[in-house]
Amino acid sequence: MSTPLHNPPLLAVRDLCVEFATRKGPVTAVRSVNLQVAKGETLGIVGESGSGKSVTSYAVMRILDRAGRIVSGGIEFGGMQLHDAPEDMMSDLRGREISMIFQNPRAALNPIRTVGKQIEDVLIRHAQATHDQAKAKAIEALEKVRIRDAARRYHAYPFELSGGMCQRVVIAIALACKPQLLIADEPTTGLDVTTQKAVMELVRELTRSEGMSTLLITHDLGLAGEYCDRIVVMEKGEVVEQQDTAKLFTFPAHPYTRRLIRSTPHAAATIRDLLPDDLRLPLPSAMTVSSEPLLEVSNLVKEFDPPGGLLQRLKKRTPYRAVAGISFSVARGESVGLVGESGCGKSTTSAMVMRLLDATAGSIRFKGQELTAVSAAAFARSPLRRELQMVFQDPHESLNPRATAAQSIADPLIRLEGMSNGAEIRARVEALATQVGLQHELLDRLPHQLSGGQKARVGIARAISTKPELLILDEPTAALDVSVQAVVLNLLADLKAEFGMSYLFVSHDLEVVRLLCDRVIVMRAGCIVEEGQAARVLSAPQADYTRELLAAIPRPAHLPGHAAPVVEAVRA
Amino acid sequence: MTDTVMNPSMAAAASRSSSWSRGFAHFRYVMTSNPVTFLAFVMLAAMIAVAVFGPSLVPHDPLATAADKALKPPTWQHWFGTDQLGRDVFSRVVVATRLDLLISVSAVALSFVCGALMGACAGYWGGWFDKLSGRLLDTIMAFPLFVLAMGIVAAAGNTIQNIVIATAIINLPFYARVARAEVSIRRNAGYVQAARLSGNSELRILIMKILPNTLPPMMVQLSLNMGWAILNAAGLSFIGLGVRPPTAEWGIMVAEGANYIVSGEWWLALFPGAALMLAVFTFNLLGDGLRDLVDPQRRT
Repeated sequence: MSTPLHNPPLLAVRDLCVEFATRKGPVTAVRSVNLQVAKGETLGIVGESGSGKSVTSYAVMRILDRAGRIVSGGIEFGGMQLHDAPEDMMSDLRGREISMIFQNPRAALNPIRTVGKQIEDVLIRHAQATHDQAKAKAIEALEKVRIRDAARRYHAYPFELSGGMCQRVVIAIALACKPQLLIADEPTTGLDVTTQKAVMELVRELTRSEGMSTLLITHDLGLAGEYCDRIVVMEKGEVVEQQDTAKLFTFPAHPYTRRLIRSTPHAAATIRDLLPDDLRLPLPSAMTVSSEPLLEVSNLVKEFDPPGGLLQRLKKRTPYRAVAGISFSVARGESVGLVGESGCGKSTTSAMVMRLLDATAGSIRFKGQELTAVSAAAFARSPLRRELQMVFQDPHESLNPRATAAQSIADPLIRLEGMSNGAEIRARVEALATQVGLQHELLDRLPHQLSGGQKARVGIARAISTKPELLILDEPTAALDVSVQAVVLNLLADLKAEFGMSYLFVSHDLEVVRLLCDRVIVMRAGCIVEEGQAARVLSAPQADYTRELLAAIPRPAHLPGHAAPVVEAVRA
Repeated sequence: MTDTVMNPSMAAAASRSSSWSRGFAHFRYVMTSNPVTFLAFVMLAAMIAVAVFGPSLVPHDPLATAADKALKPPTWQHWFGTDQLGRDVFSRVVVATRLDLLISVSAVALSFVCGALMGACAGYWGGWFDKLSGRLLDTIMAFPLFVLAMGIVAAAGNTIQNIVIATAIINLPFYARVARAEVSIRRNAGYVQAARLSGNSELRILIMKILPNTLPPMMVQLSLNMGWAILNAAGLSFIGLGVRPPTAEWGIMVAEGANYIVSGEWWLALFPGAALMLAVFTFNLLGDGLRDLVDPQRRT
């Protein structure tokens, strides 16, 4: 590793403090942060939500929103002082010397301008091209980020491109002027694992070939571990640890870093390994999975009408098949993972099983009864409604903003169990809150007054309130920080043992599925490509697609599981 | 046995009192955080007080004519002066508050309820009802709205009830469109799906879960419309439709007073006009405050 002491660093942040003015007075978001990025180095900033990692990068770019301000400290970039630089100097630097890639590529692009024009704008703004050669240079930039048929894509609008393609265009814009520093703020959150791998490798390759430095901001320790030379760990606005990647994973010095590494799911961990020591109870004894199937799905098909008006419909375009005749079963007491990338039909399948959506064809049998006989709209009154419940992906969006936690949990009790006695309902709600580990005083709060983890618990309490036999978990931890994810996954495992429920776990995250599921079904383009015991599928996949998915998961060589003995030796 | 009967009602009473006190705390917060909102609510309270108690407090009978005191400028005895028939303008302006508020509040309430239900059904179920109601609203919007109101009152008869209905009809599209847009973006929200899983019927989901969440934007629309509705009612009276003399009403008073401005008797039109302006101003200021009051995200 190059020693930054001999070469002056490209970017040096010294004692940076950032404050935000809020309704309750100023709040310090970043507190005396020190960090340096050497030339050609990739530095990762890792932390959970609210750790100040994004605010730090916005301060470097000087794009803090109006309420935020740099209170003290210095930012030096290539010999220039950025913390008090005038705005016209900053706007000249942005895009030419320092570029940024944002989290949501589609939102970062102008929706009514072709992508080629947007690249030209940057080139012309920074005098890297004249109007005559701009087009050729823009196409060249698109070719560089490996967009096939770049001359044709030059005329494409952002909505015509997939998420991964949009991110490539954003990278092309960011790198068009060959900046010295690239700041990537969660560049792959929301992208599929295979796309994530492609995008990250592209970034790595391009920055290396141009000798650029990169600042990678991410919540995913695995991603930072695979792509960064050095990692800065932030917690609550402060840098708690700054280390070489290999050293950080093998000799984590700060307790927070250790907790973060531990919470990150990996190949060798059991679900309890993710928790801090003091919360670790023995795993409940594995439930016996009976051979009797609880849910049997056969030849399930869902077709959507193609978009378009009357003319198109007259032309009889073939409808789009979201789910193309799949069959599977879930036994009593079993948890089955339904895995696939976005658009593979896994959410459509779960919505049909949950009876939120009518199937086009096929049968869904639950405890021997045919569910498709009752339409989705009329299923609310079916006695089977209470047996089938669901935990939603976004814990915030799935709670009524006007209902308190207690009201949300009580809703199924009133509607499905016919409870009407206020005191009895309150007692049941409190018992459920205890079961999911939610403090009783939080029950009277509205959703926006609860944290992400607390909202997830409310959602789970609501779903198990009628003691359902089958619970569908639709990416229940996708919106949560890793440490909260660890707690919620363990809670789900405990509840399953306690109530004897079966789980259908819908996820794109294979590592999480490995922890919670007995069996895995891998879907692609509406079809099942592989099905089998979780341990077998994830260690010895048969289908090429499963192999591709597994290979795309970022796995730093230093993460325990690959180097488990070393870690154990260090701890001992 | 008594225990089980007592408990729920007691629990309900307890939770009601706590929600009342929390509601009051939130009301106080909204009032103190924005002085303009506070001012608007004070003006609204004053206007309601005048509407309720005004007729029993005024110094003169608003309808009593006195030929000897006609067209007198403001004095200590007649604060706003007297009109061409010697009636006290101040008393007439105060007494007119009740009628003008009544017309506008009932018209807005009518179009709020009908428009919200129509728009909500259109946004939630879509289909033929959406198409039909959408075209109906487009038809209403295609007319110059005031001319449409004139037409309705002229055709249906010159009564207060018809003014209310006419004002409600011309305001209907605004509510229906806001409600339709707000409901249709929420109809497949996570909490709506969750409510389906909890066994709520579709109608219950729409009325109990979705509609309350559309209140904040509807409230802004409501307070803006209150101002328009008052102007509309006064405007109809001004051109001779609607309320008939000698009833005290701001629009008629401005219309009658307008004839005398050229001859220098400015007070006849100025004071009812100022009352009208103040009322519209109050309702327009009220919008943001009302939205903050019904928005749960503002509570801490």
